[in-house]
Amino acid sequence: MKYIRQMAIILSVTCVAEILKYFIPLPIPASIYGLVLMFLLLLTGLVKLPQVKETAEFLVEIMTIMFIPATVGLMENWDVLQPILLPLIVIIPVTTILVMGVTGRTAQWFLRKKEKQK
Amino acid sequence: MNNLILSSTTFGVVISVFGFIIGMELKKRFKTALFNPLLIAILLVIAVLKLCHIDYSNYNASAKYLSYWLTPATVCLAVPLYAQIEKLRQNLVAILCALTVGALTSLVSVLILASLFRLSHQEYVTLLPKSVTSAIGMGISEELGGYSSVTVAVIILSGIFGNVSGDLVCRVFRITEPIAKGLGMGAASHAIGTVRAMEWGELEGAMSSLAIVVSGLLTVIGASFFAKLL
Repeated sequence: MKYIRQMAIILSVTCVAEILKYFIPLPIPASIYGLVLMFLLLLTGLVKLPQVKETAEFLVEIMTIMFIPATVGLMENWDVLQPILLPLIVIIPVTTILVMGVTGRTAQWFLRKKEKQK
Repeated sequence: MNNLILSSTTFGVVISVFGFIIGMELKKRFKTALFNPLLIAILLVIAVLKLCHIDYSNYNASAKYLSYWLTPATVCLAVPLYAQIEKLRQNLVAILCALTVGALTSLVSVLILASLFRLSHQEYVTLLPKSVTSAIGMGISEELGGYSSVTVAVIILSGIFGNVSGDLVCRVFRITEPIAKGLGMGAASHAIGTVRAMEWGELEGAMSSLAIVVSGLLTVIGASFFAKLL
């Protein structure tokens, strides 16, 4: 029964998120509304951690393989990528490395500054 | 062959999962970032489809049942995030500042590189949301008049690149704090990077999940301004 209840809560929150997405015309996907909604439900105690824990952890753990089908779909989009292939070969790695490095360093700088103040 | 595959409701899922397991075994044996299980799974599945002349649509007829779980799984990212609520409260300012700087870095670097490569306005706005999660990025791209299918492809490639290179980038930039590593990964490589951050640790994973949401929302606001600049 535990898993049925957990699955029911997770899918209900997802469903409400999809309804929100329908009524709020922003370029924000249902999954993000759902993530925020689930977080608020946990924060307010309306949903308790044990009511979703195991099933949520299972889904998060197997999340990697859920990206495989969409990415394999790139083989279909190859012709649209081709005209800007050269810029992309530069832009994708450079911006990804920069964003990761700069975000991480900024966070680390703030964290260490705070630690020193203590 | 294609009809046979089309009649199966599990074929796509089975080859995807086995591709991933082979990837995990290779990684265990060779211990290098290049043997990324996700990357290997994708390449193996593409190789199988090409070699057996199977159309993507026939593969996806069953593989879509894997994709189906992406929305509920993303909703579940709230759970590891909630488990780290104390760390989140204590470091709220640092986290928000880092993610704002990160989102700006993404937009500015795309602007500079796009003008260096003399990309058209339409190509530029296609690339603007490249660091955010695909569903948000696709929406932004459509809104600004970009090619949304290219945007999705570029977003996925950025995710894979970050997932594979994350360890090296953190080493080179000497990022060692778990919170900082997680935020960097999530800001640059959204959900695909987050699965790698989860392997680093619970705190890294939670921060990466948080970065997906916050960076996504900041980019919704920021991209509409940056779109006017080229």
